[in-house]
Amino acid sequence: MTSEAVAADAALYLTFRLDKEFLALEVARVREVLDLCPITRVPRTPEYMRGVINLRGSVIPVIDLHRKFGLTAVATSIDSRIVVIELDHEGEGVVVGILADSVHDVIEISRGDIDSSPQMGARWRTEYVSGIGRCKDQFILLLDIDRIFSNRETGSLIEG
Amino acid sequence: MEDRHIKAFKEESYDILGELEALLLELEENPRDAGLIDRVFGTMHTIKGSGAMFGFDAVSEFTHEIETVLDMVRDGILPVTSGLIRLTLSARDKILEMLDSGTQSLDEEALAIVAGFRKMVEVEEPEKKEETTAFPSGEPAVLNTYRILFKPRSDIFATGTNPLLLLAELRAMGESAIVVQTDAIPLLADYDPEACYVSWEIVLTTALDENAIRDVFIFIEDDCELIITRIFEHDPTMECENYRRLGEILLDRGELTPEVLETFLGRHKPLGEQLVEAKVVLPEKIEAALSEQEHVRQVLQRDRDRKASSLRVDAARLDSLVDLVGELVTVQARLSQKAAGGNDPELQLIAESVERLTEELRDNAMSIRMVPIGTLFSRFRRLVHDLAGELGKQVQIITEGAATELDKTVIDQLNEPLVHIIRNAIDHGIEPPSQREALGKSTKGTIYLAAEHAGASVVISISDDGAGLDPEKLKAKAVEKGIINQDDDLSDEECYALILRPGFSTSAEVTGVSGRGVGMDVVKRSIDSLRGTIGISSRPGQGMTVSLRLPLTLAIIDGLLVSIGQGLFVIPLSVIDECVELSRDEAARSRERSMMTFRGEALPYVSLRAALGIEGDPPDIEKVVLVNAMGKKTGFSVDQVIGQHQTVIKTLSRVYGNVEGISGATILGDGTVALILDVNQLVMAERSDSQRKSQIIGLRRAETVS
Repeated sequence: MTSEAVAADAALYLTFRLDKEFLALEVARVREVLDLCPITRVPRTPEYMRGVINLRGSVIPVIDLHRKFGLTAVATSIDSRIVVIELDHEGEGVVVGILADSVHDVIEISRGDIDSSPQMGARWRTEYVSGIGRCKDQFILLLDIDRIFSNRETGSLIEG
Repeated sequence: MEDRHIKAFKEESYDILGELEALLLELEENPRDAGLIDRVFGTMHTIKGSGAMFGFDAVSEFTHEIETVLDMVRDGILPVTSGLIRLTLSARDKILEMLDSGTQSLDEEALAIVAGFRKMVEVEEPEKKEETTAFPSGEPAVLNTYRILFKPRSDIFATGTNPLLLLAELRAMGESAIVVQTDAIPLLADYDPEACYVSWEIVLTTALDENAIRDVFIFIEDDCELIITRIFEHDPTMECENYRRLGEILLDRGELTPEVLETFLGRHKPLGEQLVEAKVVLPEKIEAALSEQEHVRQVLQRDRDRKASSLRVDAARLDSLVDLVGELVTVQARLSQKAAGGNDPELQLIAESVERLTEELRDNAMSIRMVPIGTLFSRFRRLVHDLAGELGKQVQIITEGAATELDKTVIDQLNEPLVHIIRNAIDHGIEPPSQREALGKSTKGTIYLAAEHAGASVVISISDDGAGLDPEKLKAKAVEKGIINQDDDLSDEECYALILRPGFSTSAEVTGVSGRGVGMDVVKRSIDSLRGTIGISSRPGQGMTVSLRLPLTLAIIDGLLVSIGQGLFVIPLSVIDECVELSRDEAARSRERSMMTFRGEALPYVSLRAALGIEGDPPDIEKVVLVNAMGKKTGFSVDQVIGQHQTVIKTLSRVYGNVEGISGATILGDGTVALILDVNQLVMAERSDSQRKSQIIGLRRAETVS
């Protein structure tokens, strides 16, 4: 994607891999992609809260979606990245990082190519997925970021 | 541009109005203080003048009316009455309101106040003045600086005179610099132990005159050589340039002739050194002259400081300065680490310089944000004054330690909790006058507000001499509210702490002031967010004290870096007493009993590894950091103590909410993140844990018995 204008009924997505699955996030929500850096674990917090990192002087949390989604944890590799996104938390923007096994492309998916009420196997918890996009004969899960960190969820992150 | 000036005017006016309020309240207590009346008049006059200048004509007009009355008060025609004070206070509030609204006309309320002032003049006018000059003039005294040469005769000791006492007396008269002249002391062989060989040169800045100085020496006037010269008259209204140079002082003192001085000037070395080297002047004499120079310089400097060399700066700019310093501290730590790891002496030198500079810069930046807590205290005078009136009680407020400085952010956030506490004290604590009389107390209750430094924290205590807290009542109430169980065994302190729980209110009826049960838990939350602690003590019938212990600053602290497993943690240095080592056996025993012995004392012991849920085994030799938490010494075991660390506090992301035992995070030299431990929370959690454990054990026992 470069100078081509994005069609009115389409949006740009950043694709990344989690275990064997391809997922996508709206580009508008993504701030940057970082190489893996040392993550400091915060004690007494749930497993999927991987810890905190130093992002140019500010401390931001990193979330491990493997554990959040109940996937088997995969050891980090040279391809692992941290996708820094901004999400809405109790009415205010919060910056968090998401651990990805690798980050791929920015793609354009038109609304027509999104199936917003997908039937999925038990492997995925549908509440975190806003739909399935089709791009070049590949199916990509579109993540509903705010849902993942919805009030109910983030509020209970610590107690859980 | 216009706006900027008006904004500056407004800001300044708010300050002046704040000052006015404090002055008025002070005046109420000392109605005959002419100096205070002058200052009240002065503030009004300033507002009137600058109000007119910036187009606040209504304010100017309004203030003019008040000024007329105050002018008569100043001339002694009108007395200072509580009615006048009350009216002036409401006028002050009105001015504030008018400034905010920017109104151009006087509304009804303002006119009523003006009418009130006019009436006061009418009533008083026929009576005419009785005593016009009752007030002493409040003119500031003129300071003079004297040079005093005091050379006692060598047999002075025979008369029983102790010259040091005389010097002490001089010192008490004002600021002084004293240099002793020892050039007359002979070699040991010729030394008479009963003789006085020394003389003194004193530079004294005082408001007293020369005769007063002579009076000090009155009894030995004939036994000493005494020369007093006035070298400097001090005019605080004049802009002063620097004091004379060393050569001039020496000339003035007659130590040098102009010809000799001429030969030495123009060379590169400092004059003093040259003169001593050439043996023209004795080193003691140079020292005396230099100290004179320094003394006068300091006096001048202070004058200049006092003369408003202060600057109004936007608080946001200061915040960003502190943020930048924080970043710098982090980068510096990184540099130091890199330098220490390498083998480059030059780099190490640079790193050390940077470290020193950073530290100074940090302290400086922090000190800029320090504000005396007095600014906050003065607001409460008004609060107490108004509240007491509203509730029909008589209350006075005594403050102490108003000069104690605290970070501006802390002060800003302290206002609300303190208002709550003071309201509570007046509403629930202090009894109505009749009841106080019956109890044999003075009818006037006292709120005592004090602030003092205690290590790296500031303790603010709010005491009253009211009814105090009744632990039994508190407990009953808490049981009724379902906060605790009937059979919970609580100490008195724990009972007092109940009032900090949410939904707890002791007052049976809800007054407009307090009693909705939202007061003290809000206080607790605010103080928690400032990383402070609250202590409550009480003596039934005699009053209670709430003490708030707060950190000096919120942004950067000194911490001790420790490691547990792979994790690095920072413990605030302010709570640490010392570090000790425990062998594996001792550690195992301590872990088992949650107790350790230290210098024959049994102390609670917390394994941080266990408390934080970190996996892995502790090393053979465990380090224990002894901290003072919740008023008790507690040992925290860690794997390694790494060293001191300047900790720039970063908040954990809000998605974490409140993590028990962790108060924040900081960035280390290598760019990784370390967590800052909240020892108070850890100790508290541990206590409730062990309580739960002992309860479970108790239950099991009960089961086995039955």
